[in-house]
Amino acid sequence: MTATGTSRLTTADTQKGNMTVQSDSTVTLIRPPRGWQAINLRDLWLYRELVYFLTWRDVKVRYKQAVLGIGWAIIQPIVTMVVFTFIFNQFLDVKPDAGIPDAWYPIFAFAGLLPWQFFQGALQRASTSLVSNSNLLTKVYFPRLIIPSSAVAAGLVDFGFSFLIMIGLMIYFGVPFTLQMLWLPLFLLMALLTALAVGLWLSALNVQYRDVQHMVPFLLTIWMYVSPVVYPIDVINAGGFWKAVYALNPMVGVIQGFRWVLFGTNPPGWMFAISMTMVLLLLVSGLYYFRRMERTFADLI
Amino acid sequence: MSDIAIRVNGLGKRYRIGSLHTSNYHTLRDSLVSLFQPREKQPNGHIWALRNISFDVKQGQVLGVVGRNGAGKSTLLKLLSRVTEPTEGEAEIRGRVGSLLEVGTGFHPELTGRENIYLNGAILGMKRAEIERKFDEIVEFAEVEKFIETPVKRYSSGMYLRLAFAVAAHLEPEILVVDEVLAVGDAEFQRKCLGKMGDVAREGRTVLFVSHNMSAVLRLTDETVVIDKGGLIMRAPTAEAVDFYLSRGFTQEGQRAWEADEVPLSAAPFLPLAVRVLNSQGKVVNTIRSVEENTVEIEYSLSAPVTGLRVGIYLMSTRGEYVFTSFDTDDVAEFERMTVRPAGRYISRCTLPANLLNEGRFVIGVNASSYRVKRYFQDEQALTFTVDAAGAPGMHWPEARLGPVRPRLNWQIEAIEA
Repeated sequence: MTATGTSRLTTADTQKGNMTVQSDSTVTLIRPPRGWQAINLRDLWLYRELVYFLTWRDVKVRYKQAVLGIGWAIIQPIVTMVVFTFIFNQFLDVKPDAGIPDAWYPIFAFAGLLPWQFFQGALQRASTSLVSNSNLLTKVYFPRLIIPSSAVAAGLVDFGFSFLIMIGLMIYFGVPFTLQMLWLPLFLLMALLTALAVGLWLSALNVQYRDVQHMVPFLLTIWMYVSPVVYPIDVINAGGFWKAVYALNPMVGVIQGFRWVLFGTNPPGWMFAISMTMVLLLLVSGLYYFRRMERTFADLI
Repeated sequence: MSDIAIRVNGLGKRYRIGSLHTSNYHTLRDSLVSLFQPREKQPNGHIWALRNISFDVKQGQVLGVVGRNGAGKSTLLKLLSRVTEPTEGEAEIRGRVGSLLEVGTGFHPELTGRENIYLNGAILGMKRAEIERKFDEIVEFAEVEKFIETPVKRYSSGMYLRLAFAVAAHLEPEILVVDEVLAVGDAEFQRKCLGKMGDVAREGRTVLFVSHNMSAVLRLTDETVVIDKGGLIMRAPTAEAVDFYLSRGFTQEGQRAWEADEVPLSAAPFLPLAVRVLNSQGKVVNTIRSVEENTVEIEYSLSAPVTGLRVGIYLMSTRGEYVFTSFDTDDVAEFERMTVRPAGRYISRCTLPANLLNEGRFVIGVNASSYRVKRYFQDEQALTFTVDAAGAPGMHWPEARLGPVRPRLNWQIEAIEA
């Protein structure tokens, strides 16, 4: 859409004499878009603070409007963990990963819920983000990528609180703290990129097809069952081919990564490599699709 | 040449019909269904909102942009501020563009005044350090010091607008694009905003100023372009351009009729049909006599019942000053009688009393709205007409009288010492 270059600095004197129009005078060329667009990194960089402000707005507004405020970030995963433990572990006899005690099922489930709930919330917000910010899209220019990005980033605050509970649970269950935990940010990043990648696709599609926002809750329900949130990955008791298909779900890699970091079970292997590749594919294609649709957002929304 | 701040060359924007005024998202089902239907070639399926626009703006120039609703002004501004992209042509812009397409964009009702200043500033492209530097100035300009920690949902609409304008006005872009921000707020605040805009211009920044407020355009700009039906039809010194714009053939013998396709779909269920000026004999005329009673009527139809509707006129001088605003349900009893106006075809008619207007040309604007609910339709330059003051008070002195009104006042001369 825009090609940019730098021209000489321009200043203009004012009547007051002491103020000048300070400028890193850049030339913006506005012309019809053609074909696939590269990501405008310069603009993204210029508007980096906006990501922070929009994220901050989302977080602030969410906690301001809720009576329980931060409480929600704590209650949700705990209640879910308790219910999962009763239903799956007590009644259905689902065991945690091989090599960790059966009594650890609650923390095993929590280690799956931690990235899963982050992913779920981030994807939900991201997919409706463009439509719910339509007043911005039709009025002001900024790189549109910022909107789904900050919707995803807003989930990090909830994740932070859940993580504190995780620490508490580890102490309670006597799970040892190891250096492996330093890998955790990597898997969190992977969950974040997965949410962003899918969020880019869905948010752009949602501008054109409002069906998408009805589809997301359904998609997430199905997605949770095909991710090892309540059960260990060993349950997929099939040949290499089916395991590979299963690993196409990036959340398989993410959740297993979290469990490896905390319990040392099932270290990342070839299945993880598949999950990782899938994230990158989704992300690159999502970015390109988003870029392509971006120019019509203001006209369609 | 580098003293050109904006160079627009053959710019055009085409919309698919239907996407111009309404949201145009589809359902997946529509798309699936259309897959199985033969592609219809629709040569008229597109509409050029703007076409073949070329002009330059020099660094530091303040250029006015005038045109009727739907003429393509907003599309032009959206293109220049990069909200949407052109279909053809190109524009070259030197420097940071700040746009005030609508004040308060991105304000969140739950956040406090302070928080919204930061958020809105960031949305408009300000750096955090810049906002911090100007924070006090913004708060002072908006006159909201006491409420800065209060969520803006508790602000009066005046405070809200003042704060929103204040943030936008303190943005320091090299090029400022302003659309109709002055239509808001009370007279005193409007003056303040105009003053601020004047400062911006004097500081050597380039300003594109779009407004229906002709006196503001006259005051702030030296040169003005007139846009009509998506094309640039005139560029001239402002006084000349404004005169051309206001007197241009919108008036057909005292009547302005609307074609259905001239009315934005957002006006529904209200559909304006015509506004006309009639003299005391009931004839549609272009020139009325000030000493007679005259009539203004608005004909329109409603495709559905509307609650709380008021249809009315603005009267403006050609200098852009408002003379008065009046609605058909200004009378409380009438308003209560017409709580819900059923679907149908209507004429709202009012009398312009004799001895009201001074000689000269006047502009009638039309507004149909439900207070605090929706503005269905507005055209601030629907019709112009001329007033002939023959026989009016004081005509025995052949001099121009100041002011838009020329009432016959009941003077008494009392000798208290003879």
